[in-house]
Amino acid sequence: MALAPAITGIEQLKEHPALARLLEWNPAAVEAAKFDRDELTLWINRGSIREACAILRDDADCPFNYLCDLTCVDWYPSEPRFEVVYHLLSIPKKERVRLKVRLDGSSPVIESVTSVWPAANNYEREVFDLFGVRFTGHPHLERIMMPDDWEGHPLRKDYPVEGYR
Amino acid sequence: MTQQSPAAVAEPVQDRTLVLNMGPQHPSTHGVLRLVLEIDGETVVRIMPEIGFLHTGIEKTCEAKFYQQVVPLTDRIDYLCPMTNNLAYCLAVEKLLGLEIPPKAQWIRVLFNELTRINSHLVWLGTHAMDLGAMTVFLYCFREREDILRFFEMVSGQRMMTSYFRIGGLALEPPLGLFEKVKAFADPFPANVDEYEGLLTGNPIFMMRTKGVARLSAEDAIALGAGGPTLRASGVDIDLRRDAPYTGYENFKFKVPLASEGDVFARYVCRVQELRESINIVQQALAGMPEGPIKADAPKVVLPDREKMKTQMEALIYHFKIITEGFAVPAGEVYQAVESPRGEMGYYIVSDGTAKPYRVHMRGPSFANLQTLAKMCAGQLIADVVAAIGSIDIVLGDVDR
Repeated sequence: MALAPAITGIEQLKEHPALARLLEWNPAAVEAAKFDRDELTLWINRGSIREACAILRDDADCPFNYLCDLTCVDWYPSEPRFEVVYHLLSIPKKERVRLKVRLDGSSPVIESVTSVWPAANNYEREVFDLFGVRFTGHPHLERIMMPDDWEGHPLRKDYPVEGYR
Repeated sequence: MTQQSPAAVAEPVQDRTLVLNMGPQHPSTHGVLRLVLEIDGETVVRIMPEIGFLHTGIEKTCEAKFYQQVVPLTDRIDYLCPMTNNLAYCLAVEKLLGLEIPPKAQWIRVLFNELTRINSHLVWLGTHAMDLGAMTVFLYCFREREDILRFFEMVSGQRMMTSYFRIGGLALEPPLGLFEKVKAFADPFPANVDEYEGLLTGNPIFMMRTKGVARLSAEDAIALGAGGPTLRASGVDIDLRRDAPYTGYENFKFKVPLASEGDVFARYVCRVQELRESINIVQQALAGMPEGPIKADAPKVVLPDREKMKTQMEALIYHFKIITEGFAVPAGEVYQAVESPRGEMGYYIVSDGTAKPYRVHMRGPSFANLQTLAKMCAGQLIADVVAAIGSIDIVLGDVDR
């Protein structure tokens, strides 16, 4: 089974329900799109992520009502350094979509989606703890895995695997 | 922890309430979970879970290992269902590589994945019943669990940290006589489930402790990201084995047990029904077991057989290269979700084209399910918190990673 080449470009992928809905709402919110290994990835404008999530959740035809996962990838030393990754699932339609937001390394701040899905609470705390990305509007943004007085964010690429000694 | 966490020093919000600490060393928290309860008499006003006591930084460790070296790490995440972890990880890497798995390997994966589910549910049933005061069920469940652990030992040499599924197939051919032994275990198993149910389902004490306790509506369950039986007991019809089949689940016929009440008893009913469905899948897998190889034909990724390595130059070279340099995985990213005994277990792997994963993230179903606890327990009695923790079936290794 050879890998099919990835499809990139918003124009080629606009049939997908998630992208179609977002383009109908605000074409400026979607920065890029990619379809690779049967998975759709949409890059969302940093300022629109909470509204985009709310729009997708409340879509009448294909509601992406379930937040599977929220995590982050550190592309240190390139910029924009962080990518916050959202995996959404539509329980009625069994469709999946991945949203991504690029963040600068100097001030990784993004709006929280806890008001859209309360499930994001723990995930965002985990990303804050291990990557140092701040979520505005989060009700309880504190370390969750590491001790409260821990220094540094262990999952950043410039944090050594053995820790600081 | 070196410092008192803010939740521990939280002042009660009302005059008449009291902040009570439960765990991390408490038998009913099923591991090192700490709960900070704010109580008014016996009634819980607020509940704040504290986690991270078992955080070992597995995701960071994965980034420093070759792809094949991550498999043993995945066992240790959700230690009650090691094979399900292996499966999710291997499927994700196979998806990145575009690797086709031979049918026999897929069927054995299904067989052992379902045995793992039974194993996990038996531990849950035993400990949950024990939390609620029914000691005997525990002994019965662990009797059957022992048989399953013996099957694990037969195929992999390990009872718990199996690492039996590998990227591209299975580690070893299953030993002769295994399938007969599994059949001898599976045939009387429904009668064993009847036995557990005989002790619990109609038991007035068990019903009083579970019916109508720690309810969770379907809307709340979805919003809080609950998964597996916790979600299905609230009436949400989703099972990834049926809805997004992987590793050949489309060839099997099974029902997805549902309940609508969303209370502790409904979750119990769902899981016990799942035991019956799983043994049914095991029977189907045994009956239709195909013949053929157990590893994909991809010499650069899959380790050669021991015999070939000793006699063929090429096999020896490939073996040496995989062990010393690993194998490069084409750049890209995948999210592979499987239905674990606790809900959606997802592996998100980012590859940068080298032999080590750039990022591995595990979406642990227990981490998500734990968030429902605060909603379930508000307004309940302290004794019901114990029932609620048991009913969401968390594994702290999976929560903290």
